[in-house]
Amino acid sequence: MKARHKRFTFLVVGLVVLAAAAYLVFQALGNNLSYFFSPTEVAEGKAPANHVFRLGGLVEPGSLKREGEGKTVLATFMVTDNQRSVKVRYQGILPDLFAEGQGVIAQGRMGPDGVFVADEVLAKHDENYMPPEVAAALEKAHDEGVAEMAGGNKP
Amino acid sequence: MSSRILNWFKFSSPATFYPLAGKIQKVAAAIAVVLLAIGLYMSFFVAPTDYKQGEGYRIIFIHVPSAWMSMFIYVVMAFWAAMGLVFRTRLSFMMARALAPTGALMTFIALWTGAFWGKPMWGTWWVWDARLTSELILFFLYIGYIALQGAIPDVRRGDRAGAILLLVGVVNIPIIYFSVKWWNTLHQGASVSITKGSSMSTIMLETMLIMTFAFWAYAIAVAMARVRLIILERERETRWVAELAEVRG
Amino acid sequence: MDSIKDFFHMGGYALYVWGSFGVTALLMVAEPLVLVARRREMIRRLRRLIRLQSEQSS
Repeated sequence: MKARHKRFTFLVVGLVVLAAAAYLVFQALGNNLSYFFSPTEVAEGKAPANHVFRLGGLVEPGSLKREGEGKTVLATFMVTDNQRSVKVRYQGILPDLFAEGQGVIAQGRMGPDGVFVADEVLAKHDENYMPPEVAAALEKAHDEGVAEMAGGNKP
Repeated sequence: MSSRILNWFKFSSPATFYPLAGKIQKVAAAIAVVLLAIGLYMSFFVAPTDYKQGEGYRIIFIHVPSAWMSMFIYVVMAFWAAMGLVFRTRLSFMMARALAPTGALMTFIALWTGAFWGKPMWGTWWVWDARLTSELILFFLYIGYIALQGAIPDVRRGDRAGAILLLVGVVNIPIIYFSVKWWNTLHQGASVSITKGSSMSTIMLETMLIMTFAFWAYAIAVAMARVRLIILERERETRWVAELAEVRG
Repeated sequence: MDSIKDFFHMGGYALYVWGSFGVTALLMVAEPLVLVARRREMIRRLRRLIRLQSEQSS
């Protein structure tokens, strides 16, 4: 009995020490494990100034402009986290799921004019899955709710 | 009191567990075949198109079950490793060895289907974000465990070394799971959670759950088959093996 | 699904969907088959081992 208890204690202590060590390591690494910076973090100066980094957020609706045609399209759009926005310029192919109001992660550098020049743009999608008719119904209900709220605010 | 302990530990003897494992294997295999048939049918003919990802999202019916299994199997292996270290039951270590290749397989499937899903949707086969990187680390842990034990000829030392590796690596499991919450990742958040419910249409969720149970049954069947092989190998010099029906011929 | 052609086409995602399901199916068929083969080999080995032992003792 006693030997087994000793082994059990050893095991538990070992695991606790390991967990504590892992915790400390991840505290130290902190947000360096994050794949991208948000527009707010960029505005707060947390993103590197002269280095490639990734900017992530939503493509601000109404901000997408395309010049040119086909594969050499030059696109400009705003990336927002609904608090701050960053302007992005990108030349190249945009992923299929890239769209206004959808998630995006752009890799590149901040230019001197405050515009982020991207060399790669990835679409980030959320965890929602539903058939088109459900999506349409949700959108309709959302629009009606917004209209109702707007109507209710009028005197 | 002592007779109750005896009953429980009876199945920690390879000789008594061997026939039980055979029965479990048969039942689990049958369940796996049925559930896979139903699940695959539902994946293609019952689950509707996704509003954003079209038919491409159907990969989820393999990707999520295999990812869940990759984590779950590792935790079960770590559990058996702990049991073996504490109670010195050899069968515990055999169970861990039996699960490893299947766990590695599930991890590979999760990574492979993830890449094939990411390319059309995200625009890339791979990124080094926290979720993908930690799942890749899990794959290396499985391979490392198998390789380590293959490299140690002494069975007891191999059991012990492997067990320690498993327990050290178990910290990776919560990291994989919470990565999408703790850090900014390209990989999206959980579609299914105990606390928040689900962000999938019911029929899509049901299909995914059936595939998950199918993969679970498959893993059990394969693990039982493998542990029986390990038992036969380790116990080959014993009388009870010599007297097995399949050996006598 | 409208037709068999549509089924294989998977809305344009054919490479990715079939590349996923295909490789998975392959692996999940190969693994049990390997175990069946290993079991057969093991039984053969065990029989040989027992035969040798009984020959030695007689």
